[in-house]
Amino acid sequence: MTAQTLYDKVWQAHVVREEDDGTALLYIDRHLVHEVTSPQAFEGLQLNHRPLWRKVSILAVPDHNVPTTDREQGITDPVAKIQVETLDKNCVEFDLTEFRMNDLRQGIVHVIGPEQGATLPGMTVVCGDSHTSTHGAFAALAFGIGTSEVEHVMATQCLIQKKSKNMRVTVDGKVGKGVTAKDIVLAIIGEIGTAGGTGYAIEFAGEAIRDLSMEGRMTVCNMTIEAGARAGLIACDQTTIDYVKGRPFAPKPEHWEMAVEYWNTLHSDDDAKFDREVVIDAASIEPQVTWGTSPEMVLPVSAATPDPAAEADAVKSDGIQKALDYMGLQAGEPIEQVFVDKIFIGSCTNSRIEDLRDAAEVAKGRKVADNVKLAMVVPGSGLVKQQAEQEGLDRIFIEAGFEWREPGCSMCLAMNADRLEPGERCASTSNRNFEGRQGQGGRTHLVSPAMAAAAAVKGHFTDVRNLWRV
Amino acid sequence: MEKFEKFTGIVAPMDRANVDTDAIIPKQYLKSIKRSGFGPNLFDDWRYLDPGEPGIDNKERRVNPDFVLNKTPYKYAQILLARENFGCGSSREHAVWALTDFGFKVVIAPSFADIFFNNSFKSGLLPIVLSPTIVDQLFEELADHEDYQLSIDLENQIVSNSAGAQMPFEIDPFRKHCLLNGLDDIGLTLQHADEIKAFEKEYYQRFPWLAA
Ligand code: SF4
Repeated sequence: MTAQTLYDKVWQAHVVREEDDGTALLYIDRHLVHEVTSPQAFEGLQLNHRPLWRKVSILAVPDHNVPTTDREQGITDPVAKIQVETLDKNCVEFDLTEFRMNDLRQGIVHVIGPEQGATLPGMTVVCGDSHTSTHGAFAALAFGIGTSEVEHVMATQCLIQKKSKNMRVTVDGKVGKGVTAKDIVLAIIGEIGTAGGTGYAIEFAGEAIRDLSMEGRMTVCNMTIEAGARAGLIACDQTTIDYVKGRPFAPKPEHWEMAVEYWNTLHSDDDAKFDREVVIDAASIEPQVTWGTSPEMVLPVSAATPDPAAEADAVKSDGIQKALDYMGLQAGEPIEQVFVDKIFIGSCTNSRIEDLRDAAEVAKGRKVADNVKLAMVVPGSGLVKQQAEQEGLDRIFIEAGFEWREPGCSMCLAMNADRLEPGERCASTSNRNFEGRQGQGGRTHLVSPAMAAAAAVKGHFTDVRNLWRV
Repeated sequence: MEKFEKFTGIVAPMDRANVDTDAIIPKQYLKSIKRSGFGPNLFDDWRYLDPGEPGIDNKERRVNPDFVLNKTPYKYAQILLARENFGCGSSREHAVWALTDFGFKVVIAPSFADIFFNNSFKSGLLPIVLSPTIVDQLFEELADHEDYQLSIDLENQIVSNSAGAQMPFEIDPFRKHCLLNGLDDIGLTLQHADEIKAFEKEYYQRFPWLAA
């Protein structure tokens, strides 16, 4: 048999049928559902009198619209309320497992899937959300789909797909202290660009990736979509297996050995061929900060904003100028001199326990700077929140002047009350810095949790490695 | 879904790369549980000077006179001419619904983001990839003509201008077939229901821990 990549293996295990032109019907193991992209799909099923094919494959949770304060009051925004209630109602009607807003297990869909063991190695995982790539950290083939495809999976358990090409991004060597998974993935996006991965499934490999915890690996895979690739994968190893063990949806003891035996085959064969290979030296990666309105507009914290005049390509030069204008920055401005108004620590990229520990380590014994109007920490799930409270992280944050909130997407996309006002500048641990993403006219700089906490206490961006030394 | 027929339509220019789905339809409108009615909020942040919220009457809002889709004849455009990586970002199919609700049937760009590209076909929007050179050329022609139109012939896979220049494009045969005949993917897949069941039987024997 010819050598296969990890992606080839997972793909092949799920092909139900294949047309001559390579279009395949791909079987889906896990379908995660949230309130924003599902109502039209449920409606479509009802209109056409189509039943769900396999309801146990579905796990539903409201996350995008839920408030992060005063949950007892319910949702005050009437439009958001209807959407969450529609999800609740659909889950009752179709008899689905849902973690409702006040369930301890509720949280961001990409946090709770792995947390519950609902994401397992070798699975195909889909969700009507582009950051479904997160689950690829488990050697799963996981990608975001649109609402019509949500309906398609509900009705058929399959998707019509064409296979992507294979790309491998190898991060060789070790990163330094203070350089996290977020910095690694931002550096990768800076290298290959936001469209660099279009048409590919990306496998992340190399020592720096293997050294990451599952939380870190999820952060890397989460942002694969920001590099243009729908799916990112990381080989299964002992770290993966240890993480999965004992979780509510994990294999039962009688199947455990058999599952592990299969999972241990979930890596690319030694001589597997990739259509494209990118190699990055881990030691060269500094803490990263985005300066513009696309995740590829990213620089090491020690750098200064680019000069559009220095860019020969007219479309690119214009793009740089537009981004600087939107962000209220000058060409050549040192990143460390950029002051911030708000801090957001959360989102499916960085709201897991390890992220909160990182940020707390920096915030401990310090105070949020006076110029910072709001610094908030939004845990990824009720269980993450509980764990953090058991570790006393909430006290550290609150004493430093951060707000400690209820789980949800929150200011990652500002569908609820958490948002930036026009012109406000935010150090955010989320994944998108598009215009208006965190509120109309808002300015987003993407950073790691440690860098966000550092910006909070200094009031401007700063190399977190210096804070650790003092 | 309606059948995709040959047509000639006005082309609107969107001269920037990486137009993301947040820009196409801002998140506050995703709270809708419907599939229609997104057109008035297409490119909302760029199109209006006042902030928008669902429920607000858009007629009460000040429009941005400089934004292309607020100008005549582009208000009536059916074809959007765009730059690289159009539709990047979130998977929201609402972006496609907003474009079709506005009246767009085709988006032409040198490249598209994967999920957006895929979503387009589900609602009868045809994304056409033309080379960067041809796209450049189309932008130039458009700048020189008041009322620039292109004809789209999906059957023969050809974009043509009024001068008769023909620009062929590629499309996956299955997607073309579905668009031309207005076919619903789910119905097509359910024709293979027995195969899916047979697959499942073997699959859960091989991976019993996944069988609930
Ligand atoms: S946290 Fe942000 S990126 Fe993640 S699912 Fe929620 S809105 Fe999407």
